[in-house]
Amino acid sequence: MGTWLQEPLTWTNFAIFLAWGVVFLFIVLGFVTYAIYFERKVIGWMQLRIGPNRVGPLGLFQTLADIFKLLIKEDTIPRKADRWLFILAPVITYVPSFAVLVVIPYTDSLYFTDLNVGLLYYGALSCISTIGIILAGWASNNKYSLLGGMRSAAQMISYEIPLVISVVGVILLNGSLSLRTIVNGQGDYFWQWNFLPQIIGFVVFIIAAVSELNRTPFDLPEAESELVAGYHVEYSGFRFAFFMLAEYVYVFAIASLTTVLFLGGWHAPFPFLTFIPGIIWFILKFMFCVFFLFWLRATMPRIRVDQLMSFGWKVLLPLSLINVFVTAIYVELFIK
Amino acid sequence: MIRTEELLLNVGPQHPSTHGVFRIVVKLDGEVIKEATPVMGYLHRGTEKLAENLNYTQIIPYTDRMDYVSAMTNNYVLVHAVEKMMQLEIPERAEFLRLIVMELQRVASHLVWWGTYLLDIGAMSPFLYAFRDREIIIDLFNELCGARLTYNYMRVGGVKWDAPEGWIDKVREFIPYMRKKMEEYDRLVSGNEIFLTRIKGVGTYDAQTAIDFGLSGANLRCTGVNWDIRKNEPYSLYDRFEFDVPLGTNGDCYDRYFIRMEELRQSLRILEQAIEQFPKDGEIMGKVPRVIRPPAGEIYARIESPRGEIGCYIVSKGKAEPYRLKFRRPSFVNLQILPKLLVGETMTNLITILGGVDIVVGEVDC
Repeated sequence: MGTWLQEPLTWTNFAIFLAWGVVFLFIVLGFVTYAIYFERKVIGWMQLRIGPNRVGPLGLFQTLADIFKLLIKEDTIPRKADRWLFILAPVITYVPSFAVLVVIPYTDSLYFTDLNVGLLYYGALSCISTIGIILAGWASNNKYSLLGGMRSAAQMISYEIPLVISVVGVILLNGSLSLRTIVNGQGDYFWQWNFLPQIIGFVVFIIAAVSELNRTPFDLPEAESELVAGYHVEYSGFRFAFFMLAEYVYVFAIASLTTVLFLGGWHAPFPFLTFIPGIIWFILKFMFCVFFLFWLRATMPRIRVDQLMSFGWKVLLPLSLINVFVTAIYVELFIK
Repeated sequence: MIRTEELLLNVGPQHPSTHGVFRIVVKLDGEVIKEATPVMGYLHRGTEKLAENLNYTQIIPYTDRMDYVSAMTNNYVLVHAVEKMMQLEIPERAEFLRLIVMELQRVASHLVWWGTYLLDIGAMSPFLYAFRDREIIIDLFNELCGARLTYNYMRVGGVKWDAPEGWIDKVREFIPYMRKKMEEYDRLVSGNEIFLTRIKGVGTYDAQTAIDFGLSGANLRCTGVNWDIRKNEPYSLYDRFEFDVPLGTNGDCYDRYFIRMEELRQSLRILEQAIEQFPKDGEIMGKVPRVIRPPAGEIYARIESPRGEIGCYIVSKGKAEPYRLKFRRPSFVNLQILPKLLVGETMTNLITILGGVDIVVGEVDC
């Protein structure tokens, strides 16, 4: 993959890249389809229910049926909505969620690009989705949507900063923003992976990431019991599906990013296990992260807006700054 | 120049967290509530007016539909008022059966409250756990009187059905099971940091305010007022059993939560003693005239329902139908403090406070 990227841009190469992009899009869509199924099953079992089991064997086609239903639904746009923003918002939310996946290295050889500012690229693009959510809240011309959109804006500002600063420790240790270099910098044994040396950064990252995903216990923008559905109250059909899609693609992205940054990417936990291909290890760690997110959703109540703010600014941000400080001293004393 | 204006938001009648068709009109400044006006009456059925044309036995099913989460206590308040008026003797077995179903009902009702409250706060799973355990009680009731929600079980002078064989043993088995589940609930929810910060110090009022607004039940006891009609004016057989009345100190949602959790345990304690003393045999209906005609006069009877003091006021002219019948519904009275409590709170706390009051809209609107 790395050598391909160095080749000159010809029509053939362009076609190959495009084909890869399309293949990857389908992989991600397949993931989303079955992540939703998996989530419903997992939460169902945790809640003494069976989960989807009607459509297809074991309910495996349930999500496909849901997507089909959304596709054939009437596409309604409220008369008093800001029409163009209303149409634009789901697109703005979805596109960055897919675009951030470009920088994630899945194995040593399977990656789409090795940007030397990979982490910055991720952080910058994922912010754009929040603008989509605010737009959706504003353009719907609905009071519940507006409150959801505004909450989302506040949440973005409070949690994007600790999220980015919490990974600065990792960057300091490896001296690079490139995600591939960061994985290669983590050792062969599992205690050499970043999550142990960077335990504070890891915890802050996980909390901020869950908040970034707008999932329980930080699902304030769409808090069902207060704001009904928050920013997507007025959306129906496939525009609504785009918001759901973006949410699950971000689950994919954050789980991959956690694996890459803190859990050693494609490395095996012990050197004698390296006969199992790296992609298997990546998938295992990745699935664990995904499961963790679903598990949280089944057990946690929702936090309150003002508590969310004070927690972000007064706890997470100082913690991540301390982490940067301690790591910097460590790097200065022992690594240089 | 930035201009801000208040946002007028209609919460309900179709809203996931208003527990039915209840509506609050709130004026919001950002997310802070400036003014809140509850609008009631979407579920009004005119029970009290209908009762004037029905004889007393026919009114009992209507009481089921008032507080449909706690139908047994509603049944009891009506028959209790009539019996008080006619000074009837109730056979002991019937009275024991009534007490057992009322306490089971209190457990079931608190479980519904617990589950839906956690749902309001954003946790999904407790709701399903609560309903799993409530289902056992519902099945017990189903076996006893053939209905799952609207039982129509009590009659003036006794109860309609005797306990089938083995029923009492099933109730006996349920008590240790429920105790174990209570521990599970506490482990999952009661110690959760997010949950505690959500309810601590929210919706606080003092004892005087609570009394001024006529609050009752856990809403009153959370301020430290020791008032439980089961203890203070014992009806049925409550004076025979030992149980504590849990009290709060701060008068916030936190106290209300833990009082209700403790009440669950105390109900199990009462049930345990009642099962021990349950008479082996006996009548389930007292000597009641075929047509119930209470003597002319007025009466007010009150009992402790899971939501507070439920009362029944009857004016009789000596006929088979009441001249006037009035229910004091605790949900309705407890709600009156809402406009005062909500001012200055956020949208999120609105749901926390409303859930903490524990209303059943069927009873609010009656």
